[in-house]
Amino acid sequence: MKFAIIVYETAADFAKRNDPEQAPAYWGAYAAYSKALTEAGIARGGAGLLPPSTAVTLRLRGDKRTVQDGPFAETKEMLGGIFLIEVPDQATALEWAARCPSATTGSVEVRAELPPIPQG
Amino acid sequence: MAEGHESPPRGDARAARAAELAARDSYGRLLARLAVRTRDIESAEDALADAFAAALQQWPLAGVPDNPEGWLVHVAKRRLTDSARHRAVRATVEPALVVEEELARSSRRETIEDDRLAMLFLCAHPAIDPAVRAPLMLQLVLGLDAARIAGAFLVAPASMSQRLVRAKQRLRETGLCFDHLDADESDSRLRDVLEAIYAAYGTGWDEAEGAESSVGGLRQEALWLARLVCQAREHSGEARGLLALLLSCESRQPARRNAAGEYVPLERQNPEDWDRQLYLEAEAVLASAATRITTPLPGRFQLEAAIQSVHTRRAVVGTTDWVTIVQLYLGLMQVAPSVGAAVAHAAALSRAYGPRAGLDALHGIPSQAIASYQPYWAVLAHVQQALDLPEAVASRERAIGLTTSAAIRAYLQGRP
Repeated sequence: MKFAIIVYETAADFAKRNDPEQAPAYWGAYAAYSKALTEAGIARGGAGLLPPSTAVTLRLRGDKRTVQDGPFAETKEMLGGIFLIEVPDQATALEWAARCPSATTGSVEVRAELPPIPQG
Repeated sequence: MAEGHESPPRGDARAARAAELAARDSYGRLLARLAVRTRDIESAEDALADAFAAALQQWPLAGVPDNPEGWLVHVAKRRLTDSARHRAVRATVEPALVVEEELARSSRRETIEDDRLAMLFLCAHPAIDPAVRAPLMLQLVLGLDAARIAGAFLVAPASMSQRLVRAKQRLRETGLCFDHLDADESDSRLRDVLEAIYAAYGTGWDEAEGAESSVGGLRQEALWLARLVCQAREHSGEARGLLALLLSCESRQPARRNAAGEYVPLERQNPEDWDRQLYLEAEAVLASAATRITTPLPGRFQLEAAIQSVHTRRAVVGTTDWVTIVQLYLGLMQVAPSVGAAVAHAAALSRAYGPRAGLDALHGIPSQAIASYQPYWAVLAHVQQALDLPEAVASRERAIGLTTSAAIRAYLQGRP
């Protein structure tokens, strides 16, 4: 089964990315985690994302269009990236989620992949 | 109910925690008694649910009542109104509750034998999936809710409740076996009980690595269960072994982090920081187990407790006898082979006979067993570094990627 390990980070986590003192440990932890997923043979893709401040959010409602700088909603924990993994069950997915660095600072959401959309 | 309360000082978390454990203690006792009498665990749980919730709320604030079980029975009887949910429960459990109330009033509680051990043995029934035994014990004997147990075992709360419900159904289908076990069966069931308690303690240990939880996960609960089994089975060397092991581990708790909250490995801990009272108790319990060994090889828990005892001795003699630890791990691998024991044996070898001996032992462990086993990579990185091998960097990175603990991650990253 494929699962998304969805990384939610705090503002302090995002700040570590560019802090000369904390950046090496921050990136080192994610590099090590990502590598551990690969070595275990379960990595199936994913992406790290630039901070929410760089986001642009748009909504189209009839003839009304709004385009807004920043994320859809300001929250305490914000999407930082996604890992896709393939493991036998949810229990194993949770084990791997616990190893994700944001588990001890922000949070990690685990969701199973949607089954194929039924065709016509 | 106002008289006779021991009110804890306000804001005293320890006293509140003790009151919570007292509520769990009384609840477990009472639930076990009702379940044994009525042979219906779920109805008994249902009958006590409201009273137990009230106890968890009130006792930590107001103090533990003089007669805790009488208090619970009294509230349970009052709350068993004639609602549809309770009608069936009433029919099965109320007669037992009436008897309980009589007993509580007569205050001759010590004459009642403890049914919780029967409950623990039931939870370790061969028909129950080994993975759900510890959660079941925590729920039935200590009244922990599924969500709390799920968190400790890193399982989704919905899956955990489902597993617990299914296990209880299974117990009902197979017919409750609170009956007497013969000696052989009793021994193997006791081993399963001890294993499950150890598993519960292990979750508390892992949890403490990750979270800054002051209550320490389920460690106190597991320790409490170990004491219970030890009292009830005082002739079992293994029950004493488990208790001694848990006490030793618990005694190191204050030393596992420095003032800055950083991880401190066992060898670098200052023995002055260990909890003296706890490790002295561990030593006494283990010494009393040693006189009860009947089999040629001591069991798994006595060996593990003996290993911890050698570490403890550093508090007195100032050094660690790694050669003895290697021998004890060899014994452990014989009676209870596991990847954890193999890795710990390799680590001890490198201390006793140099990193090369440790590395050879690590290479002997089957690779499929260690792919996601964090301690293997941490020990491997350590010995590789001691031998100036360039592979140390990759091994350490693997250990960093596999840890669930922020403190251990930082510790491994901080090393040159």
